[in-house]
Amino acid sequence: MDLTDLSQWFGLIDASIRLATPLLFAALAGLLSERSGIIDIGLEGKMLVSAFAAAAWVANTGSVWQGVGVAMLAAMSLSLLHAFACITHRGEQVISGIAINMLALAGTAILGQHLFKLGGMTPVLSDGYRLGNIEFVSWVPRDDSLWSMFYWQLLSGHNVLVYMAFIMVVILSGFFKFSPLGKRVFAAGESPLALSRAGGSVNLTRYGAVLAGGALCGLAGAYLSIGHGAGFINNMTVGKGFIALAALIFGQWRPVGVLLACLLFGFLEALSIRLQGLEFFNSGYVIPVQLIEMLPYILTVLVLAGFVSNPAAPNALGRQE
Amino acid sequence: MMNKSLPSWVNSLVLIVVNIILALIAGAVVLMATNVDVIYAAKIVLFGAFGNSEGIGYTLFYATNFMFTGLSVALAWHAGLFNIGAEGQATLGGIGVAVVCSSFENSLPFGLLVVLTTVTSALMGALWAFIPGWLNAYRGSHIVITTIMFNFIASSLLVYLVVNVLKGPEQMASVSPIFAQSSWLPYIHQLNLFGDSLAATPLNISFFWAILCCLLVHFYLHHSRFGYEARAVGFSAKSTDFAGINKGRVIVITMMLSGALASFVGLNEIQGGSHQLKLEFVAGYGFTGIAVAIIGRNQPLAIIVSSILFGALYQGGSELAFNIDHIGNDIVLLIQGLVILFCGALEWMLKPNIDNWLKGAKRKREQHGFD
Repeated sequence: MDLTDLSQWFGLIDASIRLATPLLFAALAGLLSERSGIIDIGLEGKMLVSAFAAAAWVANTGSVWQGVGVAMLAAMSLSLLHAFACITHRGEQVISGIAINMLALAGTAILGQHLFKLGGMTPVLSDGYRLGNIEFVSWVPRDDSLWSMFYWQLLSGHNVLVYMAFIMVVILSGFFKFSPLGKRVFAAGESPLALSRAGGSVNLTRYGAVLAGGALCGLAGAYLSIGHGAGFINNMTVGKGFIALAALIFGQWRPVGVLLACLLFGFLEALSIRLQGLEFFNSGYVIPVQLIEMLPYILTVLVLAGFVSNPAAPNALGRQE
Repeated sequence: MMNKSLPSWVNSLVLIVVNIILALIAGAVVLMATNVDVIYAAKIVLFGAFGNSEGIGYTLFYATNFMFTGLSVALAWHAGLFNIGAEGQATLGGIGVAVVCSSFENSLPFGLLVVLTTVTSALMGALWAFIPGWLNAYRGSHIVITTIMFNFIASSLLVYLVVNVLKGPEQMASVSPIFAQSSWLPYIHQLNLFGDSLAATPLNISFFWAILCCLLVHFYLHHSRFGYEARAVGFSAKSTDFAGINKGRVIVITMMLSGALASFVGLNEIQGGSHQLKLEFVAGYGFTGIAVAIIGRNQPLAIIVSSILFGALYQGGSELAFNIDHIGNDIVLLIQGLVILFCGALEWMLKPNIDNWLKGAKRKREQHGFD
């Protein structure tokens, strides 16, 4: 990669946005759940199941937006299971999340093989079977000028879900800041006792937040299989759910913080793809891609350790009163 | 007489058996939905796991891994720590074993080499658990999240080391060269314990080390001061301050021991089984350890039994995948997930019903003048 070539930088940032989108949906899903006090390490599994559901539905019916809906329902059904175990039966939240991840990985492989007999994959989806890209206006000239590159590479031409993810950040910020319901979710995670003294139902609030998180996770999965990608591949999330969890922590459980964390982690992923086998300033030293892959996790551990800033986890996160 | 309740272990045993049955029923439903003859499949699993000496050998080989990771999870649990980093700690252990084996395979006598691999692997696993432990004890970091992050860091580290450092120049696949045969752990079938009638399996002497570890951890937890302190911290972290127990130190030491136990997967898999460092050698054993610990109620001696159960599931499951084409190893993962769901997360779902049922049964017996 040539560092002086501006268009390459735009390409890199463009790729970062595309890679950040599934992380953003999933991290915001985790935000909803964890703000209400329920730990969500099942993001990975929910993403995987919804990616499968979307691709399988679209492959069979051809209806793309129905596929998005089915993806959301699929992830929400796992959320319901999580809520049932953790809220109704006071089960261990981490254990429930681990179970969900395992069931998702196994379930999609078994069901995929049963339905399509392609070794766990769904058929490859052609363009008409995927969510389209949005182009705002077409009269902007395509040339090497800064504005043109800015418009064509960064502003326009992304998948429709990319824009939805960014809008979701605004919506969630407003939700927690201004809406009574958002404050109730916040209270369920900070001080459930106060919420119930004030006459609110902690359990109901948490059920709602966890299910809404499931819906967002569904969008993350749909983006992977029928938005950015073209069909479902076995274990196609490959740890993205955990990077999203890391982004949630790195972003300090706040919508805008989560957005920035996702963009950073998306950028690192884009960078690691571009740096494969590349020498560092012609020094003969190849930058290990694995080091860049580790960075999100290392950064998150540093945040958790309080070396970067004070961790601001919801007060009652994971506690069973 | 009326107030005397059944001993608590009866309740937990019945509860866990009922929950396992629920998990198996759920697994059977999934199998039936994908057109598999469940009875036939169950026969294959059971015969594959216990039917002959080859099956038993593989079952115990897998069980060895699960004893290590199960103990790791259980030990940490007693101190109130949820270590889901056994995966990463085992990875580091394997790296340690591989580095020692490839450096000293020809220069050290075997006895010394085994001591060195065991100690190195324990130190590497302990180091990998030390950081999350220390961060938890002194910086308040959530141990679940830090250990997850360390799993991923470990797996990237393993890829880096295998691809860039340990891979032989002539090799295409991302594996280290095979170690000299003199460094391999002896196979059980070569020990001629039952004549020479045992089939050749990767089961090796680290199985005995695993059993010994179960006994040692049992002793540590229930008959030593350190184990008592660990359990006190797990029982009530606040009250330990009054008892003069150094909570931070207990957390760090427990995590290090936990990591060391998990690291021994490297002994079994690398020095005992494959004799080379492979990318995916941990293969989810760390997560299975959670299921093993749950079924074993975190008791080291019960973990021997639950490890063998899961070893049988692994071995039987791979026979199943071998015999029925459209089934892969996913079925093992599915059952594992269901067991963790029903016996772990939904553990308390049926507890009130079972308590009532057991009480009712006892009352009825007393009314009829038995007992």
